[in-house]
Amino acid sequence: METVDIGLWGVPLAILGGAIRVSTPFIFVSLGECLTERSGRINLGLEGTLVFGAMSGYAVAYETNSAFFGVLAAAFAGLLFGLVHGWICKFKGVNDIAIGIAMMLLGMGLAFFFGKPYVQPVAPDLPAISFGWWSSIPQVQAALQVNVLFLLGGLLAVFMTWMFRATRVGLIVRVVGDSTDAARAMGLDPDLVRLLATGVGGALAGIGGAYLSLYYPGSWNEGISSGQGLMAIALVIFARWSPANCFWAALLFGGAGALGPALQSVGVTQGYYLFFAAPYVLTLALLILTSSTERSMQGAPLELSLTK
Amino acid sequence: MSNLTRPNRRRFLGTASAALGAAATGSLWQPGAARAATPLTVGFIYVGPKDDFGYNQSHAEGAAAVKSMEGVTVLEEENVPESQDVQNTMLSMINFDGASLLFPTSFGYFNPHILELAPKNPEVRFEHCGGLWSEGNPTNAGSYFGYIGMGQYLNGIAAGHATKSKKIGFVAAKPIPQVLNNINSFLLGARAVDPGITCQVIFTGEWSLAVKEAEATNALADQGCDVITCHVDGPKVVCETAVSRGAFVCGYHADQSPLAGDKYLTGAEWNWAAVYTDMVRKTIAGEAIPNFVRGGLADGFIKMSPLGPANSDAARKQFEAVKAEIMAGGFAAIKGPLKDNKGNVIAADGQAFVETDVALESMGYLVEGVLGSTS
Repeated sequence: METVDIGLWGVPLAILGGAIRVSTPFIFVSLGECLTERSGRINLGLEGTLVFGAMSGYAVAYETNSAFFGVLAAAFAGLLFGLVHGWICKFKGVNDIAIGIAMMLLGMGLAFFFGKPYVQPVAPDLPAISFGWWSSIPQVQAALQVNVLFLLGGLLAVFMTWMFRATRVGLIVRVVGDSTDAARAMGLDPDLVRLLATGVGGALAGIGGAYLSLYYPGSWNEGISSGQGLMAIALVIFARWSPANCFWAALLFGGAGALGPALQSVGVTQGYYLFFAAPYVLTLALLILTSSTERSMQGAPLELSLTK
Repeated sequence: MSNLTRPNRRRFLGTASAALGAAATGSLWQPGAARAATPLTVGFIYVGPKDDFGYNQSHAEGAAAVKSMEGVTVLEEENVPESQDVQNTMLSMINFDGASLLFPTSFGYFNPHILELAPKNPEVRFEHCGGLWSEGNPTNAGSYFGYIGMGQYLNGIAAGHATKSKKIGFVAAKPIPQVLNNINSFLLGARAVDPGITCQVIFTGEWSLAVKEAEATNALADQGCDVITCHVDGPKVVCETAVSRGAFVCGYHADQSPLAGDKYLTGAEWNWAAVYTDMVRKTIAGEAIPNFVRGGLADGFIKMSPLGPANSDAARKQFEAVKAEIMAGGFAAIKGPLKDNKGNVIAADGQAFVETDVALESMGYLVEGVLGSTS
């Protein structure tokens, strides 16, 4: 390995690399949650789905020796979790937030239980595409190793933006999310739409989990998520329920998370605990800067239990 | 949880019914016979999952060795945070499961948690890994540890021979004395090969944070570190990330050669099975365990992974020579003239802190040549 001394350039490079490496789970979970919330429900269980997706993806990839099957299995497991949440929430008097918390704990518990035998084995990794061919600097090449799932996440954000704006499916989800009565008057079944939206949202979160265990950091253990699923749910509100904004917010979070280690590596070593808080400080600062007394919940689906 | 902290009613009922039982059966039973036959219940508490390829796994392997002993029941609880939670776990092991020997294995369990519970439970023995038991601490508590810094010194020798960039990297969890000792030893080992080598350290702030460990390893590789080791609970992520960046790996806690393949130089491993079975045997036999137990390579507390294929002949030769010196006893990694990385003198010319020196266990500095800071 011939390395080039890149000195302080390491920091912006680490932020760029970190944004690409760390953001993918945030992208998938927040896009999944965005879809679910646009249909008028909150699924807090996605943290559990993420962890279970990481476990099932890793386990299946190890058993079948194919990372691709791992991702499929994680998506399927996430779909099941989403459908259970969506199905329970259709009953009268059920609170979606409470069910979400229950599903989160269930997902994590099941993942820990079934995941025990898979902490040690090494499963195959997902492939990455190298976008750093133009550079002769190995650090740049390493930072620009982009995983297929990251690109898919970007495409998905564009697709969902278009879907909500211009397609019939998008319209149906939005109507159900904004007014149950209007949806019924149109002859739609709000429960069915929400069930499907929660199921697909869960599947996306499962894929995010598979990225964690199959690519970066690339192994299964019980602390793999450390709350990333919950942060991604918060990102949706931060992104004002817009899929494109979810993508940018996820990038921002990933990049800010890389700041702490990168600063230490170039010699800014005092107060690293403070730099580790960068993503949260950044979120708070942005929320305060973009806040308004007049349009506090702009963009929020009207049927969401947050707004009711 | 408040019922856990008020165990007296339960204990009273237990004792009372035993007394009634003894009274009822009277002469048929010899008093004390039941007590002697009581099997020993031993509790192990881990801060993370017990199969993490690292610290907790090394202890769980020790617990497994105890499990196979005659007349011993082993309790284990994993993922117990270094907070009030560990007190609750210890109390429930004592009060509900009848444990009389506890091995809370994480550094942060000692102060204040063990120090708080030990005086209240005088019949229980608390054996803590890594803490510094000192005169005035409860006598039914004790601390044991191994001089694994020597293992990191040997890691450093292998690293010093393998590095081309003369920069080596260390992913560390928290700036506590044992971690600092490992970082310093790693660098000093490498400097025994080439005094121009520097060691970049990155603290992640927690014992187990997979994503941050991967980011830290990437940041080290970006800065040109070509040999990387770590002191986190589960070295799996650091190993795999370092190898994917083309860096050599020195292992820690357990043998990670299956993860790093040809890139694995060597590793500093724990060997708790010998320590735990000995302590349990002493407890059953009624012998006292010293409050302060330490041991190194020569005592079988730690061991080195077999040298990997990437080590040069010169590296092997120096490694074996220094290892023999350490085995003979009285080896000092920290010896004068030596300054810390802020310029303060740590050891004057001729002064040496041998591996067994207790002063090393309250180390708060990083030596000259380590790039990093403790806060």
